[in-house]
Amino acid sequence: MPKLTIDGIEIEVEPGLTVLQACEQAGIEIPRFCFHERLSIAGNCRMCLVHMERAPKPIASCAMPVGEGMVISTDTPEVRKMRKGVMEFLLINHPLDCPICDQGGECDLQDQAMGYGGDRSRYQENKRAVKDKDLGPLIKTIMTRCIHCTRCIRFATEIAGVQEMGATGRGENMEVGTYVEKALTSELSGNMIDLCPVGALTSKPYAFTARSWELVKTESIDVLDAVGSNIRVDTRGAEVMRILPRLHEDVNEEWISDKTRFACDGLKRQRLDQPYVKRDGKLSPATWDEAFAAIAERLKGVDGKKVAALAGDLADCEAMMALKDLMAAIGSPHIDCRQDGAKLDPAARAGYLFNTTIAGIEHADACLLIGTNPRLEAPVLNARLRKRFLMGKFPIAAVGPHQDLTYDYDHLGDGVEILKSIANGRHDFAKVLKSAGKAMLILGQGALARRDGAEILGLAREIAESRGMINDKIGWNGFNVLHTAAARVGGMDLGFVPGNGGRDTEAIVAGAGDGAIDVLYLLGADEIDMAGLGEAFVIYQGHHGDAGAHRADVILPGAAYTEKNATYVNTEGRVQRTRLAAFPPGEAREDWTIIRALSAVLGHTLAFDDARMLRARMVGANSAFIKVDGITPATWKPFGRNGETGTSALTSPINNFYMTDPISRASETMARCSDVRLGAKKDKTGTDG
Amino acid sequence: MGFIRRNIKTIFLTELVSGMALTLCYMFRKKITINYPFEKGPLSPRFRGEHALRRYANGEERCIACKLCEAICPAQAITIEAEPRPDGSRRTTRYDIDMVKCIYCGLCEEACPVDAIVEGPNFEYSTENREELLYDKDKLLANGDRWETELAERLRVDAPYR
Repeated sequence: MPKLTIDGIEIEVEPGLTVLQACEQAGIEIPRFCFHERLSIAGNCRMCLVHMERAPKPIASCAMPVGEGMVISTDTPEVRKMRKGVMEFLLINHPLDCPICDQGGECDLQDQAMGYGGDRSRYQENKRAVKDKDLGPLIKTIMTRCIHCTRCIRFATEIAGVQEMGATGRGENMEVGTYVEKALTSELSGNMIDLCPVGALTSKPYAFTARSWELVKTESIDVLDAVGSNIRVDTRGAEVMRILPRLHEDVNEEWISDKTRFACDGLKRQRLDQPYVKRDGKLSPATWDEAFAAIAERLKGVDGKKVAALAGDLADCEAMMALKDLMAAIGSPHIDCRQDGAKLDPAARAGYLFNTTIAGIEHADACLLIGTNPRLEAPVLNARLRKRFLMGKFPIAAVGPHQDLTYDYDHLGDGVEILKSIANGRHDFAKVLKSAGKAMLILGQGALARRDGAEILGLAREIAESRGMINDKIGWNGFNVLHTAAARVGGMDLGFVPGNGGRDTEAIVAGAGDGAIDVLYLLGADEIDMAGLGEAFVIYQGHHGDAGAHRADVILPGAAYTEKNATYVNTEGRVQRTRLAAFPPGEAREDWTIIRALSAVLGHTLAFDDARMLRARMVGANSAFIKVDGITPATWKPFGRNGETGTSALTSPINNFYMTDPISRASETMARCSDVRLGAKKDKTGTDG
Repeated sequence: MGFIRRNIKTIFLTELVSGMALTLCYMFRKKITINYPFEKGPLSPRFRGEHALRRYANGEERCIACKLCEAICPAQAITIEAEPRPDGSRRTTRYDIDMVKCIYCGLCEEACPVDAIVEGPNFEYSTENREELLYDKDKLLANGDRWETELAERLRVDAPYR
């Protein structure tokens, strides 16, 4: 461990750190623009210059590794003068348009010019101007403001894995942009906005709408995929203005996907803001009392066995717990939280978790992807796989869709028979997995949400067991299920699955179609076949007027994830809570309170009166809920089924990354994105656009 | 001695006479009151009266929706909403000043980087009800158009001292 002296403070730091990081550990702030902990070192902004004893000239602290006995000074008049000089050079070509710049108020250049710069400019000549680049519907560019820190280029190349950003020209003629004018094809591109230390890259949907100082910041959790990225929701009044990532090393580091970041405008559109009841074949506005009365009226005399409930992908654990208890009180075993029909086994928790954990990916030695495209299903998790890939010696193979995952992998095919040959060790990749100390497999919903899903689950377990992925001695569990729905693991943990003699999703829909199910309660479930529900009386509780609301006979308006304090469990089994950032619109209420109020009207009053009691009930149902932001490891148990598998190809459940749930489907920004990304493949004539 | 002097003053009404003399002397001095609605006193170029939003000479509104005035307003009387205009420039869609809340401190004027919001020389804008004192963008721009000559002159006169 090298020992060095910084401003008279002796400090011992890990070898391999840079002087800048050592200064930070000593509690000294070094100004910087180009340096970023998660990106490679560029050393081109020169803002971090410090003085080192016996060095002929000032050193760039971000690029200098620590050495034994270094004597660094960071606050001498000389260093201050150097910083002032560098700042003056940076500002030569930077426009003074802070008042119209969206970065104003949260700008590194602004802050550091205040802290380290001079108080006036000596520059009289013309400033340069650069043509703005078109980076698609998410990122707005004002390239004149660019200070060429190259953070965006390094992010695109290293983290996002798309070699699309770059710089052309040298010196004053340097321009950052895409070499060919086109929208970025990354699902993580929004992070460049956060990385940009100036206002060169800003958010297009958020442009000019708010200032950083007028926003109320609420720390919350994302639910648009199953990763459970930590986010900060910025609201102004009752409106969610933008969503930013929050640091969580074990989940999303500091990245979030574009859907997480930009789908928030969907929260303002297509909202259900009051109850509706179908009268004479038409949905008409009603009061809560009328809606509850209509439900009670319809349920009167209906056998509990003819009632069913489905929970959707965005349902929170509190609501699912309440609904499960209500259905139990009514006497119905027909509940399911797997609306895509995934054949997950509720008996074995290890069989539906991402057991390796997201951070654990970095310790894996080999990886097998089965029926999944992590790039679309969980972009942040895919970035973690890429990070591991870049560390080297990480063979990846995929059985399923053959698409660009931003890293190299062997595409073994898309048939189930390949899994069989891996399981019995005949396949070449089976040997790779066997020889790896810590091998992992990722099983996607594309492989489970099909008729032979249970058999494929069993096959995957066999692979995990026979290829040495389960090793209790070193505490390694390489069996992973990658979910696409934020509610799924929570629902499985709470046992929101068919009870004794209960029907699963497929059977419930079929039952509704042939009259075996009279009343169907949809808790935000929109992805089922609404046309097949027949004559069933459908109660839809949710926040968006999507497929479910169109079919419903009674609509109960609920709250979206930014509007409630609710529990979600991510794909690795991490229990996390969202926080209320804005109140639900109009008459809409927090979801569990709706079910609690309905239970009283139905004469089955549930045994909890507040969120605390409900959460105690959840802990009673599954002790994993006791640890918020913690993971309770699952014990390895047999799950899945042995049997004949089908022959159809394994695919990913997601085709359009930008539209997977009611919120993103209501979002204008997401619609523009999917136009650009998917529409580009269509042939267009010369008169188009 | 004091007793005699006091009695003499009382008998000859000297205090009354000197008082009347003072009053009489003011009658011949120059008047300092003015006949208000028809005559007005001088105003400093820094006088902080009714607000106005100014335009550039080409008719383009100056305000760029930077929201600095909104941020600095100690009475929180200013409300601004903004979005990109079709031509891509940053402009307000809403600029409200609650003149009832306003304390006429002039900080909005100080904060404005483009001299858009100014407090003009007009102080005669009393209204019959409160609602009329909730100014919106149209009202403020109309004020600016009406007072522009004077506003520009005031800024010019005051410029050397800023």
